[in-house]
Amino acid sequence: MGDLFLRDFFDIVGLSISIGLTASAIAAAVSLPLGAALAIFSFRGRRLLVVLVNAFFGLPPVVVGLAIYMALSHSGPLGFLHWLYTPAAMVVAQATLATPIMAALVHRASERAWARYGDELISDGASHAQAIFQILHIIRADLLTAVLAGFGRTISEVGAVILVGGNIRGLTRTMTTTIALQTSQGELALALSLGVLLIGISISISATIFALAGSARSAGNDEI
Amino acid sequence: MMKFRVQLALATLLAANHPPAIAAEAIVLASTTSVENSGLLANIVPQFTATTGISVHVVAQGTGKALDTARRGDADLLLVHDPDAETQFMKEGHGLTRRQIAWNDFILVGPSDDPAHVRGGNDSVAALKAIATVQAPFVSRGDNSGTHTAELRLWKMAGLDPGVENEKWYRDIGGGMGQALNAASAMDAYTLTDRGTWLSFNNKGALVIAVENDPRLINRYDIIELNPKIHAGVKLGPAKVFADWLISPEGQQAIGAYRMNGERLFNPSAGMPE
Repeated sequence: MGDLFLRDFFDIVGLSISIGLTASAIAAAVSLPLGAALAIFSFRGRRLLVVLVNAFFGLPPVVVGLAIYMALSHSGPLGFLHWLYTPAAMVVAQATLATPIMAALVHRASERAWARYGDELISDGASHAQAIFQILHIIRADLLTAVLAGFGRTISEVGAVILVGGNIRGLTRTMTTTIALQTSQGELALALSLGVLLIGISISISATIFALAGSARSAGNDEI
Repeated sequence: MMKFRVQLALATLLAANHPPAIAAEAIVLASTTSVENSGLLANIVPQFTATTGISVHVVAQGTGKALDTARRGDADLLLVHDPDAETQFMKEGHGLTRRQIAWNDFILVGPSDDPAHVRGGNDSVAALKAIATVQAPFVSRGDNSGTHTAELRLWKMAGLDPGVENEKWYRDIGGGMGQALNAASAMDAYTLTDRGTWLSFNNKGALVIAVENDPRLINRYDIIELNPKIHAGVKLGPAKVFADWLISPEGQQAIGAYRMNGERLFNPSAGMPE
């Protein structure tokens, strides 16, 4: 085999990016408030939750993939969704992997900001729930790092997405699963050039988000 | 910044709701790494989709895993190559019909300096004995695939069991066909491969064919339709259309016409005696 058709190529790159961004967006929606809340609210079991979030930072993708595979299997509890071997399953897997990474990084930054500005925010009359947004606003530069770290995990991951997506041509084949397939066909040069391209795309997306954030910051003229 | 992120999230969510290439009907075909790595399905499936409008989503696994995927109800159709495991699968009642669609053969490949002196022969069992005697490195798939069970049958015929005896020269990699060939190429080892994957494999290095044309090395590929009484969620209708197409003169012609460097990888064999 080895001939990578142009249409396939655009499918593959497009899917990698859209799945990575969707999973990162979902992970951010969960982990930004979660990370800040863990710093602001004190409740029983908080310490345990913080330890868990940090431990899941290094969640093994293949285990996450297997658990999601079994859950989404027709004979599993979520089989009725018919998500196995579709992009939806891959988004679930990647969002699961990215969430603890983002949450742990947001929590660390929030903890520092809360120690410094917490009393001030509360005496200004903010409720704890409102404080979540204010803390997130204060640490917005750190949010960027957190979200990009999570995104990096999603776009570079192969173990989980190949399990739950099945590496189906034109449907669930991403850049990483294509690299795995090309390697198994002995097309090492092609696999490596695709790998270089994947790194290039990662860098461009990170750079774009940095640039957008930079211009937003100078336009907003906020204190950091 | 916040607003931008929300817009980004919405845009990508919408994009994910429209995955590419969803046809009116699509079936999941659980298959083996050999038919995927050899490029056969990537070549013939578009021909089928063009005439019927049915998409075939190929999930390439080893035969053992493919059968398990179907047992769990996660596939609509099977294309596999392990006669014993298939018989077991049919006996359990999971399958409805099992039909042979193609055959090729396994070959023993190894380093060109041939430390076991087996090159040019056609007795695979004697070759394995020779490899064991000189303790030349041998790569085993070790993944419960059709090729792996074929290899284990040959070791049994040779009266040896290097996997159980945990011999140092016997390297169980637990991977697909291409992975095994990459490993054999890197460590100058012998390995058993199907001819299709071998012919299309592009990282042979010093590997050459050592033993071929042994009648014990015939490799048959079967298409198995699933029993709707056990697997109610299976898309039996479109799955049958694809199975019947593979058996039809048109499908058989497509299989026979697939070539790599001028060599035929799979011989059409529908309706042939077993």
